[in-house]
Amino acid sequence: MSEQRGFSIFKKSEEIGTLVLSAWRVFTEGAGLFLETLYWIFIGPFKGKSVDFKALFQQMVFMGYESVKIVFFVTFFTGIVLAMQSAHQLSKMGGTIYVASLVTISLCRELGPVLTALVLAGRIGASITAEIGSMKVNEQIEALDTMGINPVRYLVVPKFLALLFMLPILTVLGDASGMLGGYMIGVYNLKINAGLYVQTAFKFLTIKDIYTGLSKSLVFAIIITMVGVYQGLKTNGGAVGVGRATTISVVVSFIMIILADCVMTGIYFFVKM
Amino acid sequence: MANSSDIILSVRQIEKTYHGRRVLENVSFDVRRGEVFVIMGGSGCGKSTMLRIMAGGVPPTSGKVFFNGQDMSAVKGEAREKIRRRFGMSFQSAALLDYLTVEENVSLPIKEHTRLAANIISIMAQTKLNLVGLQGFAKFLPDELSGGMRKRAGLARAIAMDPEIVFYDEPTAGLDPVVCAVVDQLILDLTKKLQITSIVVTHNMESVFRIADRVAMLYQGRLLQVGTAEEIKNTADPVVQQFIRGNIEGPIQMS
Ligand SMILES: Nc1ncnc2c1ncn2[C@@H]1O[C@H](COP(=O)(O)OP(=O)(O)OP(=O)(O)O)[C@@H](O)[C@H]1O
Ligand SMILES: [Mg+2]
Repeated sequence: MSEQRGFSIFKKSEEIGTLVLSAWRVFTEGAGLFLETLYWIFIGPFKGKSVDFKALFQQMVFMGYESVKIVFFVTFFTGIVLAMQSAHQLSKMGGTIYVASLVTISLCRELGPVLTALVLAGRIGASITAEIGSMKVNEQIEALDTMGINPVRYLVVPKFLALLFMLPILTVLGDASGMLGGYMIGVYNLKINAGLYVQTAFKFLTIKDIYTGLSKSLVFAIIITMVGVYQGLKTNGGAVGVGRATTISVVVSFIMIILADCVMTGIYFFVKM
Repeated sequence: MANSSDIILSVRQIEKTYHGRRVLENVSFDVRRGEVFVIMGGSGCGKSTMLRIMAGGVPPTSGKVFFNGQDMSAVKGEAREKIRRRFGMSFQSAALLDYLTVEENVSLPIKEHTRLAANIISIMAQTKLNLVGLQGFAKFLPDELSGGMRKRAGLARAIAMDPEIVFYDEPTAGLDPVVCAVVDQLILDLTKKLQITSIVVTHNMESVFRIADRVAMLYQGRLLQVGTAEEIKNTADPVVQQFIRGNIEGPIQMS
Protein backbone atom coordinates (compact mmCIF):
# COMPACT_ATOMS: atom_id res chain seq x y z
CA MET A 1 0.00 0.00 0.00
CA SER A 2 2.57 2.52 1.13
CA GLU A 3 4.89 1.26 -1.56
CA GLN A 4 2.26 2.00 -4.17
CA ARG A 5 1.84 5.50 -2.81
CA GLY A 6 5.56 6.03 -2.88
CA PHE A 7 5.60 4.84 -6.45
CA SER A 8 2.81 7.19 -7.53
CA ILE A 9 4.50 10.14 -5.82
CA PHE A 10 7.68 9.21 -7.58
CA LYS A 11 5.82 9.08 -10.87
CA LYS A 12 4.18 12.43 -10.21
CA SER A 13 7.46 14.11 -9.44
CA GLU A 14 8.91 12.57 -12.56
CA GLU A 15 6.04 14.03 -14.57
CA ILE A 16 6.58 17.42 -13.00
CA GLY A 17 10.25 17.03 -13.76
CA THR A 18 9.64 16.49 -17.47
CA LEU A 19 7.16 19.35 -17.50
CA VAL A 20 9.66 21.74 -15.95
CA LEU A 21 12.32 20.49 -18.30
CA SER A 22 10.20 21.04 -21.39
CA ALA A 23 9.07 24.46 -20.14
CA TRP A 24 12.71 25.34 -19.65
CA ARG A 25 13.50 24.11 -23.16
CA VAL A 26 10.71 26.24 -24.66
CA PHE A 27 11.99 29.22 -22.69
CA THR A 28 15.60 28.85 -23.80
CA GLU A 29 14.66 28.17 -27.42
CA GLY A 30 12.30 31.13 -27.45
CA ALA A 31 14.91 33.38 -25.88
CA GLY A 32 17.48 32.12 -28.39
CA LEU A 33 15.15 32.94 -31.26
CA PHE A 34 14.54 36.41 -29.86
CA LEU A 35 18.26 37.06 -29.45
CA GLU A 36 18.93 35.84 -32.97
CA THR A 37 16.27 38.22 -34.26
CA LEU A 38 17.92 41.10 -32.38
CA TYR A 39 21.28 40.02 -33.76
CA TRP A 40 20.06 40.27 -37.34
CA ILE A 41 18.45 43.64 -36.67
CA PHE A 42 21.38 45.31 -34.92
CA ILE A 43 24.54 43.42 -35.92
CA GLY A 44 23.46 42.05 -39.32
CA PRO A 45 23.57 45.44 -41.10
CA PHE A 46 27.26 45.77 -40.18
CA LYS A 47 27.92 42.44 -41.83
CA GLY A 48 26.38 43.60 -45.08
CA LYS A 49 23.04 41.92 -44.36
CA SER A 50 20.68 44.82 -43.91
CA VAL A 51 16.96 44.54 -43.40
CA ASP A 52 14.96 43.84 -46.56
CA PHE A 53 12.97 47.07 -46.84
CA LYS A 54 10.67 45.82 -49.54
CA ALA A 55 9.59 42.88 -47.40
CA LEU A 56 9.30 45.18 -44.39
CA PHE A 57 7.03 47.51 -46.31
CA GLN A 58 4.86 44.64 -47.57
CA GLN A 59 4.53 43.32 -44.03
CA MET A 60 3.63 46.75 -42.71
CA VAL A 61 0.86 47.08 -45.26
CA PHE A 62 -0.42 43.60 -44.48
CA MET A 63 -0.22 43.92 -40.71
CA GLY A 64 -1.07 47.58 -40.36
CA TYR A 65 -3.21 48.91 -43.13
CA GLU A 66 -5.21 45.74 -43.60
CA SER A 67 -5.97 45.52 -39.87
CA VAL A 68 -7.43 49.01 -39.62
CA LYS A 69 -11.03 47.99 -40.21
CA ILE A 70 -11.15 45.17 -37.70
CA VAL A 71 -9.34 47.20 -35.05
CA PHE A 72 -11.74 50.08 -35.61
CA PHE A 73 -14.74 47.78 -35.40
CA VAL A 74 -13.69 46.08 -32.17
CA THR A 75 -12.58 49.18 -30.27
CA PHE A 76 -15.41 51.41 -31.49
CA PHE A 77 -18.03 49.09 -30.09
CA THR A 78 -16.00 48.52 -26.96
CA GLY A 79 -16.04 52.30 -26.45
CA ILE A 80 -19.81 52.28 -26.80
CA VAL A 81 -20.23 49.42 -24.34
CA LEU A 82 -17.81 51.02 -21.91
CA ALA A 83 -19.69 54.33 -22.02
CA MET A 84 -23.07 52.67 -21.52
CA GLN A 85 -21.79 50.53 -18.66
CA SER A 86 -20.08 53.35 -16.82
CA ALA A 87 -22.99 55.74 -17.43
CA HIS A 88 -25.21 53.27 -15.66
CA GLN A 89 -22.94 53.27 -12.60
CA LEU A 90 -21.97 56.92 -12.61
CA SER A 91 -25.49 58.26 -13.07
CA LYS A 92 -26.38 56.80 -9.68
CA MET A 93 -23.72 59.04 -8.19
CA GLY A 94 -24.73 61.96 -10.33
CA GLY A 95 -21.46 62.01 -12.19
CA THR A 96 -22.52 61.09 -15.70
CA ILE A 97 -20.12 63.65 -17.09
CA TYR A 98 -17.17 61.55 -15.91
CA VAL A 99 -18.09 58.89 -18.45
CA ALA A 100 -15.88 60.89 -20.77
CA SER A 101 -12.69 60.66 -18.72
CA LEU A 102 -13.34 57.11 -17.61
CA VAL A 103 -13.73 55.91 -21.17
CA THR A 104 -10.64 57.78 -22.35
CA ILE A 105 -8.35 56.64 -19.58
CA SER A 106 -9.40 53.00 -19.58
CA LEU A 107 -8.97 52.90 -23.33
CA CYS A 108 -5.55 54.52 -23.38
CA ARG A 109 -4.09 52.62 -20.46
CA GLU A 110 -5.71 49.27 -20.85
CA LEU A 111 -8.36 48.37 -23.34
CA GLY A 112 -6.89 49.97 -26.44
CA PRO A 113 -3.52 48.19 -26.23
CA VAL A 114 -4.95 44.87 -25.04
CA LEU A 115 -7.86 44.62 -27.46
CA THR A 116 -5.76 45.72 -30.41
CA ALA A 117 -3.11 43.19 -29.46
CA LEU A 118 -5.67 40.40 -29.13
CA VAL A 119 -7.17 41.23 -32.51
CA LEU A 120 -3.71 41.24 -34.07
CA ALA A 121 -2.75 38.00 -32.30
CA GLY A 122 -5.75 36.38 -33.96
CA ARG A 123 -5.11 37.91 -37.33
CA ILE A 124 -1.33 38.27 -37.61
CA GLY A 125 -0.04 35.74 -35.08
CA ALA A 126 -2.09 33.02 -36.75
CA SER A 127 -0.96 33.97 -40.22
CA ILE A 128 2.70 34.11 -39.20
CA THR A 129 2.50 30.60 -37.75
CA ALA A 130 0.55 29.25 -40.70
CA GLU A 131 2.97 30.75 -43.22
CA ILE A 132 6.18 29.70 -41.50
CA GLY A 133 4.70 26.37 -40.45
CA SER A 134 3.70 25.41 -43.96
CA MET A 135 7.12 26.50 -45.20
CA LYS A 136 8.61 24.25 -42.57
CA VAL A 137 6.62 21.16 -43.50
CA ASN A 138 7.25 21.74 -47.21
CA GLU A 139 11.05 21.80 -46.77
CA GLN A 140 11.14 25.50 -47.71
CA ILE A 141 12.85 26.53 -44.48
CA GLU A 142 15.44 23.85 -45.08
CA ALA A 143 15.81 25.09 -48.65
CA LEU A 144 16.53 28.62 -47.43
CA ASP A 145 19.06 27.22 -45.04
CA THR A 146 20.85 25.22 -47.74
CA MET A 147 20.97 28.33 -49.92
CA GLY A 148 22.81 30.04 -47.07
CA ILE A 149 19.86 32.34 -46.43
CA ASN A 150 19.24 32.59 -42.72
CA PRO A 151 15.50 32.00 -42.15
CA VAL A 152 15.43 34.30 -39.13
CA ARG A 153 16.95 37.17 -41.04
CA TYR A 154 14.94 36.57 -44.20
CA LEU A 155 11.54 35.71 -42.72
CA VAL A 156 11.39 36.82 -39.13
CA VAL A 157 13.06 40.23 -39.06
CA PRO A 158 10.66 41.98 -41.48
CA LYS A 159 7.66 40.62 -39.58
CA PHE A 160 9.15 41.52 -36.24
CA LEU A 161 9.92 45.12 -37.20
CA ALA A 162 6.68 45.60 -39.08
CA LEU A 163 4.55 44.62 -36.11
CA LEU A 164 6.73 46.60 -33.72
CA PHE A 165 5.98 49.71 -35.82
CA MET A 166 2.38 48.98 -36.64
CA LEU A 167 0.94 47.74 -33.35
CA PRO A 168 1.47 51.05 -31.48
CA ILE A 169 0.01 52.94 -34.43
CA LEU A 170 -3.00 50.64 -34.53
CA THR A 171 -3.28 51.02 -30.77
CA VAL A 172 -3.53 54.79 -31.10
CA LEU A 173 -6.14 54.27 -33.76
CA GLY A 174 -7.94 51.83 -31.46
CA ASP A 175 -7.83 54.35 -28.60
CA ALA A 176 -9.26 57.03 -30.88
CA SER A 177 -12.04 54.90 -32.29
CA GLY A 178 -12.99 53.70 -28.80
CA MET A 179 -13.18 57.32 -27.71
CA LEU A 180 -15.36 58.04 -30.70
CA GLY A 181 -17.70 55.27 -29.58
CA GLY A 182 -17.81 56.77 -26.09
CA TYR A 183 -18.43 60.21 -27.57
CA MET A 184 -21.39 58.93 -29.55
CA ILE A 185 -23.05 57.61 -26.40
CA GLY A 186 -22.07 60.60 -24.30
CA VAL A 187 -23.28 63.23 -26.71
CA TYR A 188 -26.22 61.61 -28.47
CA ASN A 189 -27.56 59.39 -25.74
CA LEU A 190 -26.54 60.96 -22.45
CA LYS A 191 -26.99 64.43 -23.96
CA ILE A 192 -23.68 65.73 -22.65
CA ASN A 193 -22.62 68.93 -24.39
CA ALA A 194 -20.12 68.03 -27.10
CA GLY A 195 -17.52 70.59 -26.08
CA LEU A 196 -17.80 69.65 -22.45
CA TYR A 197 -17.48 65.96 -23.28
CA VAL A 198 -14.24 66.48 -25.17
CA GLN A 199 -12.89 68.76 -22.49
CA THR A 200 -13.66 66.27 -19.71
CA ALA A 201 -12.33 63.40 -21.78
CA PHE A 202 -8.85 64.90 -21.90
CA LYS A 203 -8.92 66.68 -18.56
CA PHE A 204 -7.47 63.82 -16.56
CA LEU A 205 -5.49 62.17 -19.31
CA THR A 206 -1.77 62.38 -18.58
CA ILE A 207 1.25 61.66 -20.74
CA LYS A 208 1.87 58.68 -18.51
CA ASP A 209 -1.45 57.12 -19.57
CA ILE A 210 -0.36 57.35 -23.18
CA TYR A 211 3.11 55.90 -22.80
CA THR A 212 1.86 53.22 -20.42
CA GLY A 213 -0.45 52.04 -23.16
CA LEU A 214 2.11 52.33 -25.93
CA SER A 215 4.85 50.58 -23.99
CA LYS A 216 2.42 47.73 -23.48
CA SER A 217 1.72 47.53 -27.18
CA LEU A 218 5.45 47.26 -27.94
CA VAL A 219 5.73 44.28 -25.61
CA PHE A 220 2.59 42.73 -27.10
CA ALA A 221 4.03 43.11 -30.60
CA ILE A 222 7.14 41.21 -29.55
CA ILE A 223 4.99 38.48 -27.96
CA ILE A 224 2.79 38.06 -31.04
CA THR A 225 5.65 37.79 -33.53
CA MET A 226 7.92 35.63 -31.41
CA VAL A 227 5.18 33.18 -30.40
CA GLY A 228 3.97 33.02 -34.01
CA VAL A 229 7.43 32.41 -35.40
CA TYR A 230 8.43 29.96 -32.69
CA GLN A 231 5.34 27.83 -33.23
CA GLY A 232 5.80 28.04 -36.99
CA LEU A 233 9.40 26.87 -36.88
CA LYS A 234 8.45 24.02 -34.51
CA THR A 235 5.73 22.76 -36.82
CA ASN A 236 5.86 19.20 -38.04
CA GLY A 237 3.37 16.67 -39.27
CA GLY A 238 2.02 18.09 -42.53
CA ALA A 239 -1.14 20.13 -42.96
CA VAL A 240 -2.61 18.84 -39.69
CA GLY A 241 0.51 20.01 -37.92
CA VAL A 242 0.15 23.48 -39.41
CA GLY A 243 -3.42 23.73 -38.14
CA ARG A 244 -2.40 22.56 -34.71
CA ALA A 245 0.54 24.96 -34.53
CA THR A 246 -1.69 27.87 -35.58
CA THR A 247 -4.18 27.16 -32.82
CA ILE A 248 -1.45 26.81 -30.22
CA SER A 249 0.13 30.03 -31.41
CA VAL A 250 -3.06 32.06 -30.97
CA VAL A 251 -3.88 30.55 -27.59
CA VAL A 252 -0.36 31.03 -26.25
CA SER A 253 -0.28 34.61 -27.55
CA PHE A 254 -3.58 35.41 -25.85
CA ILE A 255 -2.40 34.01 -22.53
CA MET A 256 0.96 35.73 -22.71
CA ILE A 257 -0.60 39.07 -23.66
CA ILE A 258 -2.94 38.95 -20.68
CA LEU A 259 -0.14 37.88 -18.33
CA ALA A 260 2.25 40.53 -19.64
CA ASP A 261 -0.51 43.10 -19.30
CA CYS A 262 -1.08 42.09 -15.71
CA VAL A 263 2.63 42.29 -14.91
CA MET A 264 3.09 45.67 -16.60
CA THR A 265 -0.03 47.16 -15.06
CA GLY A 266 1.31 45.98 -11.72
CA ILE A 267 4.65 47.61 -12.37
CA TYR A 268 3.05 50.91 -13.34
CA PHE A 269 0.70 50.63 -10.40
CA PHE A 270 3.25 49.94 -7.69
CA VAL A 271 6.30 51.67 -9.04
CA LYS A 272 5.87 55.41 -9.14
CA MET A 273 7.34 56.77 -12.32
CA MET B 1 42.75 4.38 -57.39
CA ALA B 2 41.79 8.03 -57.75
CA ASN B 3 44.25 10.51 -56.24
CA SER B 4 43.01 12.69 -53.41
CA SER B 5 42.53 15.93 -55.39
CA ASP B 6 40.00 14.08 -57.52
CA ILE B 7 37.88 13.53 -54.45
CA ILE B 8 35.53 16.41 -53.79
CA LEU B 9 33.55 15.00 -50.92
CA SER B 10 34.28 12.17 -48.59
CA VAL B 11 32.25 10.82 -45.75
CA ARG B 12 33.87 8.88 -42.93
CA GLN B 13 32.18 6.61 -40.41
CA ILE B 14 28.93 8.52 -40.45
CA GLU B 15 26.43 7.55 -37.78
CA LYS B 16 23.07 9.14 -37.24
CA THR B 17 20.56 8.40 -34.52
CA TYR B 18 17.15 9.96 -34.06
CA HIS B 19 15.74 9.65 -30.54
CA GLY B 20 18.02 6.71 -29.85
CA ARG B 21 17.07 4.93 -33.08
CA ARG B 22 20.01 4.36 -35.38
CA VAL B 23 19.30 5.47 -38.93
CA LEU B 24 22.82 5.41 -40.38
CA GLU B 25 25.67 3.24 -39.22
CA ASN B 26 29.33 3.52 -40.11
CA VAL B 27 28.92 4.82 -43.64
CA SER B 28 32.10 5.82 -45.49
CA PHE B 29 32.65 6.59 -49.16
CA ASP B 30 34.20 9.12 -51.53
CA VAL B 31 32.63 11.17 -54.28
CA ARG B 32 34.88 12.12 -57.17
CA ARG B 33 34.97 15.49 -58.83
CA GLY B 34 32.71 15.76 -61.87
CA GLU B 35 30.93 12.45 -61.53
CA VAL B 36 27.29 11.55 -61.12
CA PHE B 37 27.18 9.64 -57.87
CA VAL B 38 23.94 7.83 -57.12
CA ILE B 39 22.76 6.74 -53.70
CA MET B 40 20.08 4.09 -53.88
CA GLY B 41 18.29 1.94 -51.36
CA GLY B 42 14.89 1.03 -50.03
CA SER B 43 12.42 3.42 -48.54
CA GLY B 44 13.43 4.62 -45.10
CA CYS B 45 16.98 3.26 -45.28
CA GLY B 46 18.40 6.73 -44.67
CA LYS B 47 19.15 8.10 -48.14
CA SER B 48 17.67 11.54 -47.57
CA THR B 49 19.35 11.71 -44.18
CA MET B 50 22.68 10.83 -45.81
CA LEU B 51 22.18 13.53 -48.44
CA ARG B 52 21.33 16.14 -45.81
CA ILE B 53 24.39 15.22 -43.77
CA MET B 54 26.59 15.56 -46.86
CA ALA B 55 25.04 18.91 -47.74
CA GLY B 56 25.58 20.15 -44.20
CA GLY B 57 21.89 20.59 -43.43
CA VAL B 58 21.86 18.02 -40.65
CA PRO B 59 24.78 17.25 -38.34
CA PRO B 60 25.81 13.60 -38.05
CA THR B 61 25.75 12.01 -34.60
CA SER B 62 29.32 10.98 -35.22
CA GLY B 63 31.67 10.75 -38.17
CA LYS B 64 32.92 13.41 -40.53
CA VAL B 65 32.28 14.91 -43.92
CA PHE B 66 35.25 16.34 -45.80
CA PHE B 67 34.78 18.85 -48.61
CA ASN B 68 37.96 19.23 -50.66
CA GLY B 69 39.79 17.66 -47.74
CA GLN B 70 38.39 20.13 -45.23
CA ASP B 71 36.50 18.80 -42.22
CA MET B 72 33.04 20.37 -42.47
CA SER B 73 32.30 20.00 -38.76
CA ALA B 74 35.32 22.19 -37.98
CA VAL B 75 34.11 25.21 -39.96
CA LYS B 76 31.53 27.42 -38.35
CA GLY B 77 29.62 30.61 -38.93
CA GLU B 78 30.43 32.62 -41.99
CA ALA B 79 33.14 30.30 -43.32
CA ARG B 80 30.61 27.51 -43.27
CA GLU B 81 27.97 29.61 -45.03
CA LYS B 82 30.57 30.38 -47.70
CA ILE B 83 31.23 26.70 -48.27
CA ARG B 84 27.55 25.87 -48.35
CA ARG B 85 27.05 28.45 -51.07
CA ARG B 86 29.14 26.19 -53.26
CA PHE B 87 26.46 23.52 -52.83
CA GLY B 88 23.09 23.40 -54.51
CA MET B 89 20.21 21.24 -53.42
CA SER B 90 17.17 20.09 -55.29
CA PHE B 91 14.48 18.88 -52.94
CA GLN B 92 12.08 16.02 -53.40
CA SER B 93 9.16 18.45 -53.04
CA ALA B 94 10.98 21.18 -55.03
CA ALA B 95 10.58 23.43 -51.95
CA LEU B 96 10.07 26.60 -53.99
CA LEU B 97 8.90 29.61 -52.00
CA ASP B 98 5.27 29.72 -53.02
CA TYR B 99 4.76 33.49 -52.83
CA LEU B 100 7.59 34.14 -55.29
CA THR B 101 7.45 33.64 -59.05
CA VAL B 102 9.65 31.05 -60.69
CA GLU B 103 12.14 33.71 -61.70
CA GLU B 104 12.18 35.29 -58.24
CA ASN B 105 12.79 31.87 -56.74
CA VAL B 106 15.76 31.28 -58.99
CA SER B 107 17.10 34.81 -58.41
CA LEU B 108 16.73 34.60 -54.64
CA PRO B 109 20.13 33.09 -53.80
CA ILE B 110 21.86 35.43 -56.29
CA LYS B 111 20.08 38.44 -54.84
CA GLU B 112 20.93 37.43 -51.29
CA HIS B 113 24.59 36.68 -51.86
CA THR B 114 25.74 39.19 -54.46
CA ARG B 115 25.40 42.89 -55.07
CA LEU B 116 24.60 42.59 -58.75
CA ALA B 117 22.11 44.88 -60.43
CA ALA B 118 18.55 43.62 -60.74
CA ASN B 119 18.67 43.30 -64.54
CA ILE B 120 21.86 41.22 -64.39
CA ILE B 121 20.34 38.94 -61.78
CA SER B 122 17.30 38.59 -64.00
CA ILE B 123 19.47 37.59 -66.96
CA MET B 124 21.29 35.04 -64.83
CA ALA B 125 18.01 33.58 -63.64
CA GLN B 126 16.72 33.46 -67.21
CA THR B 127 19.83 31.55 -68.29
CA LYS B 128 19.22 28.90 -65.67
CA LEU B 129 15.56 28.69 -66.62
CA ASN B 130 16.57 28.16 -70.24
CA LEU B 131 18.81 25.31 -69.15
CA VAL B 132 15.89 23.50 -67.55
CA GLY B 133 13.49 24.38 -70.37
CA LEU B 134 11.29 26.77 -68.42
CA GLN B 135 12.01 29.98 -70.33
CA GLY B 136 8.33 30.73 -70.88
CA PHE B 137 7.36 30.33 -67.25
CA ALA B 138 9.45 32.95 -65.47
CA LYS B 139 6.44 34.90 -64.25
CA PHE B 140 4.43 31.90 -63.06
CA LEU B 141 3.89 31.11 -59.42
CA PRO B 142 4.95 27.62 -58.29
CA ASP B 143 1.39 26.39 -57.82
CA GLU B 144 0.59 27.29 -61.41
CA LEU B 145 3.13 24.71 -62.58
CA SER B 146 2.93 20.94 -62.88
CA GLY B 147 4.94 18.75 -60.53
CA GLY B 148 7.59 18.11 -63.14
CA MET B 149 7.94 21.79 -63.96
CA ARG B 150 8.25 22.64 -60.29
CA LYS B 151 10.98 20.10 -59.95
CA ARG B 152 12.84 21.63 -62.88
CA ALA B 153 12.39 25.08 -61.37
CA GLY B 154 13.87 23.73 -58.14
CA LEU B 155 16.75 22.42 -60.19
CA ALA B 156 17.28 25.84 -61.78
CA ARG B 157 17.41 27.36 -58.32
CA ALA B 158 19.85 24.70 -57.13
CA ILE B 159 22.30 25.68 -59.89
CA ALA B 160 21.67 29.45 -59.66
CA MET B 161 24.91 30.17 -57.83
CA ASP B 162 26.95 27.87 -60.13
CA PRO B 163 27.61 25.38 -57.36
CA GLU B 164 30.39 22.81 -57.39
CA ILE B 165 28.16 20.07 -56.04
CA VAL B 166 24.46 19.61 -56.62
CA PHE B 167 22.50 17.29 -54.35
CA TYR B 168 19.30 15.85 -55.78
CA ASP B 169 16.74 14.15 -53.56
CA GLU B 170 14.65 11.88 -55.79
CA PRO B 171 14.62 14.23 -58.78
CA THR B 172 12.43 11.93 -60.84
CA ALA B 173 10.01 10.56 -58.26
CA GLY B 174 6.42 11.01 -59.37
CA LEU B 175 7.24 12.08 -62.92
CA ASP B 176 6.06 10.38 -66.10
CA PRO B 177 8.68 8.32 -67.99
CA VAL B 178 9.32 10.98 -70.62
CA VAL B 179 9.77 13.86 -68.17
CA CYS B 180 11.82 11.46 -66.10
CA ALA B 181 14.18 10.92 -69.01
CA VAL B 182 14.29 14.67 -69.62
CA VAL B 183 15.29 15.34 -66.02
CA ASP B 184 17.92 12.60 -66.19
CA GLN B 185 19.31 14.15 -69.36
CA LEU B 186 19.32 17.49 -67.61
CA ILE B 187 21.37 16.11 -64.72
CA LEU B 188 23.84 14.63 -67.20
CA ASP B 189 24.03 17.87 -69.19
CA LEU B 190 24.56 19.98 -66.10
CA THR B 191 27.22 17.68 -64.81
CA LYS B 192 29.10 17.61 -68.10
CA LYS B 193 28.47 21.16 -69.36
CA LEU B 194 28.89 23.01 -66.08
CA GLN B 195 31.44 20.56 -64.65
CA ILE B 196 29.34 20.02 -61.59
CA THR B 197 29.53 17.02 -59.31
CA SER B 198 26.07 15.52 -58.92
CA ILE B 199 24.98 13.43 -55.99
CA VAL B 200 21.61 11.88 -56.67
CA VAL B 201 19.29 9.93 -54.40
CA THR B 202 16.86 7.81 -56.36
CA HIS B 203 14.68 4.74 -56.31
CA ASN B 204 14.32 4.61 -60.02
CA MET B 205 16.50 1.83 -61.47
CA GLU B 206 16.20 3.04 -65.03
CA SER B 207 17.49 6.45 -63.93
CA VAL B 208 20.32 4.90 -61.98
CA PHE B 209 21.79 3.17 -64.98
CA ARG B 210 21.08 6.08 -67.29
CA ILE B 211 22.98 8.65 -65.25
CA ALA B 212 25.28 7.02 -62.72
CA ASP B 213 29.04 6.95 -62.99
CA ARG B 214 29.17 5.27 -59.62
CA VAL B 215 26.54 3.93 -57.27
CA ALA B 216 26.30 3.43 -53.52
CA MET B 217 23.71 1.03 -52.16
CA LEU B 218 22.41 1.68 -48.65
CA TYR B 219 20.58 -1.06 -46.84
CA GLN B 220 19.14 -0.72 -43.33
CA GLY B 221 21.33 2.28 -42.62
CA ARG B 222 24.52 0.59 -43.74
CA LEU B 223 26.58 0.92 -46.88
CA LEU B 224 26.25 -2.35 -48.71
CA GLN B 225 28.32 -1.67 -51.78
CA VAL B 226 29.93 1.13 -53.77
CA GLY B 227 31.03 0.70 -57.34
CA THR B 228 30.66 1.77 -60.92
CA ALA B 229 27.25 1.32 -62.46
CA GLU B 230 28.66 -1.68 -64.34
CA GLU B 231 29.98 -3.31 -61.17
CA ILE B 232 26.70 -2.82 -59.38
CA LYS B 233 24.73 -4.25 -62.26
CA ASN B 234 26.85 -7.38 -62.28
CA THR B 235 27.24 -7.75 -58.55
CA ALA B 236 26.89 -11.07 -56.84
CA ASP B 237 25.34 -9.49 -53.77
CA PRO B 238 21.85 -10.95 -53.46
CA VAL B 239 20.37 -7.87 -51.74
CA VAL B 240 21.59 -5.53 -54.47
CA GLN B 241 20.42 -7.94 -57.15
CA GLN B 242 16.98 -8.21 -55.60
CA PHE B 243 16.78 -4.45 -55.32
CA ILE B 244 17.82 -3.82 -58.92
CA ARG B 245 15.41 -6.39 -60.29
CA GLY B 246 12.60 -5.56 -57.92
CA ASN B 247 12.02 -9.20 -56.99
CA ILE B 248 9.71 -10.13 -54.18
CA GLU B 249 11.75 -13.22 -53.33
CA GLY B 250 15.12 -12.63 -51.73
CA PRO B 251 17.00 -11.48 -48.68
CA ILE B 252 15.13 -8.13 -48.40
CA GLN B 253 12.22 -8.76 -46.08
CA MET B 254 9.20 -6.51 -45.94
CA SER B 255 8.09 -6.19 -42.34
N1 LIG C 1 13.82 14.52 -38.45
C1 LIG C 1 13.69 13.23 -38.14
N2 LIG C 1 13.33 12.86 -36.91
C2 LIG C 1 13.21 11.56 -36.58
N3 LIG C 1 13.41 10.54 -37.43
C3 LIG C 1 13.78 10.84 -38.68
C4 LIG C 1 13.93 12.20 -39.11
N4 LIG C 1 14.30 12.19 -40.41
C5 LIG C 1 14.36 10.90 -40.76
N5 LIG C 1 14.05 10.08 -39.74
C6 LIG C 1 14.03 8.63 -39.76
O1 LIG C 1 15.20 8.20 -40.39
C7 LIG C 1 14.96 7.09 -41.24
C8 LIG C 1 15.53 7.36 -42.61
O2 LIG C 1 14.83 8.44 -43.18
P1 LIG C 1 15.19 9.00 -44.60
O3 LIG C 1 14.26 10.11 -44.88
O4 LIG C 1 16.64 9.27 -44.65
O5 LIG C 1 14.85 7.76 -45.52
P2 LIG C 1 14.91 7.62 -47.09
O6 LIG C 1 15.87 6.53 -47.37
O7 LIG C 1 15.17 8.93 -47.71
O8 LIG C 1 13.45 7.14 -47.40
P3 LIG C 1 12.53 7.47 -48.68
O9 LIG C 1 13.07 6.70 -49.80
O10 LIG C 1 11.19 6.97 -48.26
O11 LIG C 1 12.58 8.97 -48.89
C9 LIG C 1 13.46 6.88 -41.25
O12 LIG C 1 13.19 5.74 -40.48
C10 LIG C 1 12.89 8.09 -40.58
O13 LIG C 1 11.82 7.73 -39.77
MG1 LIG D 1 13.96 10.34 -48.86
